[in-house]
Amino acid sequence: MLRFLLRRTLGASLILLLISAFTFFMFFAIPQDPAMLACGKNCTPDALAIIHKNLGLDDPVPVQYWNFLIGIFQGRDFAVGHCSAPCFGVSFRTDEMVWDTIVDRFPTTLSLTIGGLVVFLFVGLGTGLLAAAKRGTWLDKGFSSASLVLSSMQIYFLGPVCLGLFVYSTGWLDKPKYVPFTDDAAAWFMGLLIPWVVMSVIFTANYTRMSRSTMIEQLQEEHVRAARAKGMPKRYVFFRYAWRGSLIPIVTILGMDISALLGGGMVTELTFGLSGIGRLAIDSVNFKDLPLTMGVMLVSAAFIIVCNIIVDALYAVIDPRVRLS
Amino acid sequence: MTSPIEIKGTETPVLDKAPDPKAAPEEKKLEGRSPGQLMWRRFKRDKAGVISACIVVFFFVVAAAAPLIAKVYGKNPYTLYAQDDPTLFDEFNFPAGANGGISGDFWFGIEPKLGRDVFTQLIYGMRTSLYTALLATLLMVLTGVLIGIVGGYMGGKVDYWLGRITDFLLAFPSQLFFVASMPVITTIFVAPDEATPTYVKACAIMGVLWFLGWMGLARLIRAVTLSLREREFVEAAKVAGASPWRIIRKELLPNLVTPILVQGTYMLPSTILSVAFLSFVGVGYDATTPDWGRMFATGSDIYEQDPTFMLFPGVAMVVFVVAFNLLGDSVRDAFDPKTGR
Repeated sequence: MLRFLLRRTLGASLILLLISAFTFFMFFAIPQDPAMLACGKNCTPDALAIIHKNLGLDDPVPVQYWNFLIGIFQGRDFAVGHCSAPCFGVSFRTDEMVWDTIVDRFPTTLSLTIGGLVVFLFVGLGTGLLAAAKRGTWLDKGFSSASLVLSSMQIYFLGPVCLGLFVYSTGWLDKPKYVPFTDDAAAWFMGLLIPWVVMSVIFTANYTRMSRSTMIEQLQEEHVRAARAKGMPKRYVFFRYAWRGSLIPIVTILGMDISALLGGGMVTELTFGLSGIGRLAIDSVNFKDLPLTMGVMLVSAAFIIVCNIIVDALYAVIDPRVRLS
Repeated sequence: MTSPIEIKGTETPVLDKAPDPKAAPEEKKLEGRSPGQLMWRRFKRDKAGVISACIVVFFFVVAAAAPLIAKVYGKNPYTLYAQDDPTLFDEFNFPAGANGGISGDFWFGIEPKLGRDVFTQLIYGMRTSLYTALLATLLMVLTGVLIGIVGGYMGGKVDYWLGRITDFLLAFPSQLFFVASMPVITTIFVAPDEATPTYVKACAIMGVLWFLGWMGLARLIRAVTLSLREREFVEAAKVAGASPWRIIRKELLPNLVTPILVQGTYMLPSTILSVAFLSFVGVGYDATTPDWGRMFATGSDIYEQDPTFMLFPGVAMVVFVVAFNLLGDSVRDAFDPKTGR
């Protein structure tokens, strides 16, 4: 297990390095002066010079990239002040440290995505299992057709509709907002309830379909039939034999969906006016704030890769064959 | 591909040596069907598939005929109707009539603030989204097939490096990358103080989606090619001295049609949603181009005051995606009846 984690971490670092290099050169190798982009229409030579100094734009691009990488581990000094250890540079627009801004916004996104993940895993896998167990009944048909329609919904359509139903017209719930969990757990829960449900609907429906079909496949496997023939209790066979096998493809898909989850988080934040990483990314892009965009890209990529390592470790827990190799 | 019908075709002249007038109709009955014909027969029997295919075709026809429909309907998506007729709006610049201003003149109502016609906005918007997505999907499929076949057929070092590139691109946070790279790409072509022409936007959107969209198909095609490469008919072609290009074109590609078509029908709706996503977050088409995705951005801004505006684009999109997903399932079932749902 330790060797596996070590190997995966090394691979992940390599991928992060490549992504950072790719993004960096994409931004800085464009024919225009990136500082001009940041400076906007009423640009004075003074402002341009400050941005140049802040970014270290007078150095050649590879040197800039090297400084950027060193900055992440050692920190750098900018005109606006010292930027300590995980330093992703200084925002063009606000002159704040990119890392501080990201740390400030990250809890919102984390609450949103983790909450959404929990909701869709529980509801999706649960309904899928139920549908597989009661295969062919009205329950199964109901779940299957509901999941087909719900999986075609979009957050930006469903979100406003839910707001209209539960907030504007009935007033049952307040408009979604983020309250830190440590401040008030109940307010945190109530504030994020609608975003969680809306965000997880699409994923839930997909996981219902998937868990149903893999479960049905597993129930027809020979080892499951053998276990039943030996006279094991139905429930025991269902969960210990079939369910475990059906989880393997689902975990694989889950690993691929984490990036989509972050994208879904972006749309959800925009729909409900929450300010997390997604909104930060969109704002930074609209204001052409390159250091902030870079920072958000890298932190999100790191988040996705870490999640993938966790998923792969889970994979080893579920499937003994993976552990052996 | 060495399909039974081709073998039969070469054999018939030999059999026809002794022509028998009675044997002719019988022979017709026994005629083999190509995989395409078999697929079409199975597909026609699938009611849900046929209905959803009709819906999908309907959407594409409406999108293609949008200028014609708009002409018959007598309006266009660009005119700000409320400027000519101020009675259409109340004092807050929202439609004066009930339900978002739906009337005999404006079937789906009027867009708040700008006062454009929603019906023509929607059909022109569908046109923009569907064609952008269709072209982007075509590009993705072509790239995916090319890279998959090259990797799978050549093997060795080429395969290894193509595989690493694919893995690397799969690790990208795709939606974030779409959002972040859009302005960068447009600035390569357009100076910052100029307005971006629509065709540049369209190319940028297609390029970005294409760049991170082909990997899934490439992996699939590579896997299928790997198994096909070892089959006897490919060996036979090799022994007969066929060039790699001929083997790919004549032996491999016909066998890859099924996975390409099936995967393609799943890729297109998700690409349409990605195009809509870009417009929704504000980096896709700008306000001068009617676009499906941007209608959602407008709609969710003003939902509290005018919920009707969101209804038509929303319902249209849900119907379209449901139909397309059902169609995808039916196409897969028709091609490959063994895989149950």
